[in-house]
Amino acid sequence: MHSRIALTPYTELDVRGESLVQSAQTLGIGSLRSAHVSDLYFVRGALSPQQLADLCDRVLADPAAHAVTVGLSSARSVGYAAHYLHGVEVAFLLGVMDPLALQLERAALQLGLPAIEVATGTRYELFGDLSTAQLLLLAERLLCNTTIQRYALGSIEPLFNVSERSTTRVEAVRLSGLDEAALAALSKTRLLSLSADEMRAIQTEFDRLQRAPTDVELETLAQTWSEHCVHKTFKALIEYTNEQGQVEIIDGLLASTIRKATETIAAPWVRSAFVDNAGIIAFDDKWDLSFKVETHNHPSALEPFGGANTGVGGVIRDIMGVSARPIAVTDVLCFGPQNLSFDQLPAGTLHPRRVKEGVVAGIQDYGNKLGLPTVAGAVYYDPGYTANPLVFAGCVGIAPRDSHPTGAQNGDYVIVIGGRTGRDGLHGATFSSDALAHNISQIVGTAVQIGNPITQKDVMEVVIRARDAKLYTAITDCGAGGLSSAVGEMAYQSNGVEVELALVRLKYVGLQPWEIWLSEAQERMVLAVNPAQWAAFQALCNDWDVEATRIGTFTDTGRLIVRYAGDVVADLSLAFMKNGLPRLHLKAQWTPDSTLPALPAEGESPADCLLRLLSDPNNASKEDIIRRYDHEVRGGTVIKPMTGSGPSDGTVIKPLETPEHNMGFVLAVGVGSDLTRNDPVCEAINNVIAAGADPNRIAVLDNFCWGDPRDPVQLGTLVTAAQRAVESAQFHKTPFISGKDSLNNMYVGLDGVRHNIPGTLVISAIGIIPDVTRAVTMSLKRPGNKLYVVEALSFGDYEALHMAMQQNLIAACHDVSDGGIAAAVAEMCIAAELGARIVRTPLEDSLANEIQPIPASIADADRLFDPMSDRFIIEVSDEVQFKRIFETADDDGKTVSMAICIGEVVTEPRFTLALSADQAPLIDLPVSELTAAFTRQGKYSAA
Amino acid sequence: MTTSSKPLAFILHASGTNRDHDAVQALELAGARTEIIHLNRLRRGERTLDEAQLLLLPGGFSYGDALGAGRLMALDLQTYFAEALRAFVASGKPVIGICNGFQALVKADLLPGWGDAPRAASLVNNQTGRFECRWVTLAADPNSVCVWTRGLRQPIRCPVAHGEGRFVLREPVYLERLRACGQIALTYSDGSNPNGSVADIAGVCNPEGNVLGLMPHPENHIYDWQSPAYHQDRYRAETTGRTGGLGLALFETGLAYLKEKGLC
Repeated sequence: MHSRIALTPYTELDVRGESLVQSAQTLGIGSLRSAHVSDLYFVRGALSPQQLADLCDRVLADPAAHAVTVGLSSARSVGYAAHYLHGVEVAFLLGVMDPLALQLERAALQLGLPAIEVATGTRYELFGDLSTAQLLLLAERLLCNTTIQRYALGSIEPLFNVSERSTTRVEAVRLSGLDEAALAALSKTRLLSLSADEMRAIQTEFDRLQRAPTDVELETLAQTWSEHCVHKTFKALIEYTNEQGQVEIIDGLLASTIRKATETIAAPWVRSAFVDNAGIIAFDDKWDLSFKVETHNHPSALEPFGGANTGVGGVIRDIMGVSARPIAVTDVLCFGPQNLSFDQLPAGTLHPRRVKEGVVAGIQDYGNKLGLPTVAGAVYYDPGYTANPLVFAGCVGIAPRDSHPTGAQNGDYVIVIGGRTGRDGLHGATFSSDALAHNISQIVGTAVQIGNPITQKDVMEVVIRARDAKLYTAITDCGAGGLSSAVGEMAYQSNGVEVELALVRLKYVGLQPWEIWLSEAQERMVLAVNPAQWAAFQALCNDWDVEATRIGTFTDTGRLIVRYAGDVVADLSLAFMKNGLPRLHLKAQWTPDSTLPALPAEGESPADCLLRLLSDPNNASKEDIIRRYDHEVRGGTVIKPMTGSGPSDGTVIKPLETPEHNMGFVLAVGVGSDLTRNDPVCEAINNVIAAGADPNRIAVLDNFCWGDPRDPVQLGTLVTAAQRAVESAQFHKTPFISGKDSLNNMYVGLDGVRHNIPGTLVISAIGIIPDVTRAVTMSLKRPGNKLYVVEALSFGDYEALHMAMQQNLIAACHDVSDGGIAAAVAEMCIAAELGARIVRTPLEDSLANEIQPIPASIADADRLFDPMSDRFIIEVSDEVQFKRIFETADDDGKTVSMAICIGEVVTEPRFTLALSADQAPLIDLPVSELTAAFTRQGKYSAA
Repeated sequence: MTTSSKPLAFILHASGTNRDHDAVQALELAGARTEIIHLNRLRRGERTLDEAQLLLLPGGFSYGDALGAGRLMALDLQTYFAEALRAFVASGKPVIGICNGFQALVKADLLPGWGDAPRAASLVNNQTGRFECRWVTLAADPNSVCVWTRGLRQPIRCPVAHGEGRFVLREPVYLERLRACGQIALTYSDGSNPNGSVADIAGVCNPEGNVLGLMPHPENHIYDWQSPAYHQDRYRAETTGRTGGLGLALFETGLAYLKEKGLC
């Protein structure tokens, strides 16, 4: 028996109901007249009626906000006929993390009431002439995600996590004698995502040992050897047929391109690259900054909120895994078109609008609750991402130099802290290493998790204090692969480990040993703690309400030994885990770049082209997302993600930890894909330089998201993208410090056809700014100031630009990217509500004419929209001083300049662009029109 | 001023609190000593509230805002610290709750603090249905009895960052009562109400004026460069020095009151 409690907000406060009516309209259901949303709590336990009333009164009642109903709620009398009223109720499936339920259970104990079990749900009261088919459509497409929830028309019966009888069965999996096909089939049915070659290596090893592997061992190897964990494609031997048709052998893409670039540049301030959980650079004399970007694509496709939520949670733990305090979050998102019609939606996928809504809410929930400003990012729409959206979550951390210990010692305890272990997230690492199928959610229903950010917040506070008190010798996060991966990685440090799975604290009983070992339950960290520090560490955890459990001991035996209730369930040699994976051999084929549409389009005027580009979802304002993230918490956000209504290039952050000086850092991203062909490395770097970063102190991170690496064409474009990225990084003298790839981003439809995503490279840049009070924003500042275009043809030009910024000579700076200089100037006007007058002035100097951005003839209007890399529009506040920096004498003694004056800032909020002083302007638009396009208001809202 | 003569502020930390360090910076800059105190330590009696001269309940998501923002922190206050808080408030020492701290003070019935009309107010989902992070302008009501805003003439500019900041009253007549008692300390001005709060209310105090709760974050505007206006204005010859509107003024006013009353 359970009691049912409904909290129903007063109609005028029910904002969720209002937005539901709008969403229904986008589904084509206009007959939903109004909707009301109530929160449901199902309480089970030995509460007397008086105790239940007490619980309601003291914890749930809020008479200024909502009504509380105990028992089944009846329809409200709002003047509709009874058949116009429909109830749909949604509740979680078993085993899904439900932080609300946990908190109500805790509150009951706090009030001195008997222990209760709680399940939560949501009731939707829908008013209107709706058929059952329409109700089902609303339930499936708007109200319920069947990956984690279920629904009922009418009232729902809650599910409580029942205590199953523990089976604790360990299975021996016979491999001996199986042929290639049988091995591949076994890998498939057990969701191991291992190739026949890899299965063969395991078979050979266990034949040598003359026994069959246990399920725990097989699963451990599958996780350890997954694409997600070891990045076998980036380490593979690739036979690449290049543009000239010659075959090149690439001996590991990572080693021969990205890592090599970092080694060549050899920046002395890089503290750690490609070794730890995150890349680390020096900040000032005492502090280092760490930065990591992760992808969480497949989980976000299935359950957008939970997928993105735990994506952010995971990358924050990566930063905690280098003993740093997380201080800022970034996100880059790629979705299908928001106006996609439902007939075009591939089978088994969520609508891109719903994916976006869930992903943004998931990032908001985690970042905001951890008190981290979400400050930089990008959003990209393309039909290629409809079935396989991309979510890149990044995190920056700060730590005192040399405070991160990485040496688990023989005899140290294996300690797990944070959340408990459940059946959530099984097979995450292997599942993310395979294609998404139309029926994937039925196959891997447990691969998706919901986060509990508050647990992680407490863990974060403990880790920082434990670090400062030197209470641990090693730390890593529990991410993909769960304990198997985290404990396995740390075991290499001491060369061995023994673990007792029965000691792991569980959310509920009934987990099999391999499930405990592999569970990707969130908010857990694994630490190595010297026995002498264990008591102090426990006391610290106790202060912060963090559970800490000793589950084993690090050894030096060269073996990973896992027990369950004393019985050995896995005994693997570390050497085999690390070196037993056969190297992958792949083929790659060069293909020509796709062609880009002409700008302006045939018959389109430059003004119309500009307005169209500004209102294109890929360029238009992202304010609807940005304002949902707290970008001010910690009080260090000097340049915000938005400048007025305009888009900032880079975000400038001043860490709280360093009040004694004005140094800060700048964050920005660059996104490149098969479809855009831009240089994302250059874009990210230019963005941070535009805000004031020192060009000599910039580092970048790479995240490649690609399709099927076994397809030579796909792998070919990946190789090309990596080579171009390295070339650009070397020109900019910018080292890569961390990277993570996500491959197999493809969707297999009902027809069995594989659809690869557009190959997508996200570059995240972090740069040091010597004085945040001299950071430069992109908004126009003062009428009368001259506007220049600066083209960085050499690295020295960047240094000159930076010097001018630090001398306060530059009032505004904006990087030229999508939409070219026309869009860049327009955005600078939008941000300030000031105007700009741009006119081509003939130049004598031939070099300057070469880089002259304003064409002489309308026939060359495409130059206005060319996303030329390495260009900036700047507003100069002191022209005399500025020229001293930018003008030099050439070989013949003539003055040459890398900066070309293109116009000036004007008071009248109007953007004009003329091809010469005596011609009528080619573009002549009020700033209000530009703003309407950029913010997609009025006639621009439909696009 | 020597360290010992500086008043001591306790900044309360519950699971999920996150703007505690921001509050430390603001109070220290305004001239206080600060200590972040986890509620667990108060519960265990390691520290007591009466050691402090000022109490600040900071922003964040205590207990994940489960069951309503601030609700479970309010339950802590009511379950474990009701008497100590009552005594602290009765002594006239200043208390401030910012964002989640405001939500907790309202849900623990310390605000608006009417014994004869419990649970008169609440903070509910923003009218937009979304979390909002943006800069707002706050005007201090000159008729308010609030000790934190007395004499503040210049409007304060600072960010809001919340999803449940819409101030609502159980009965419409309560608005008149708030006004009549001088309990409306701060309102959103220049059309900057971000959440649909009744009468643009951004902050309210108790009838005695020493307990203030507000949704916006004055602790995030204590330096000029935190304001978006700073970057727009710093190239204009006519503006020099402070861009104005610092939230720091609020904390300075609270501390000045302490000194004036001889409470530290």
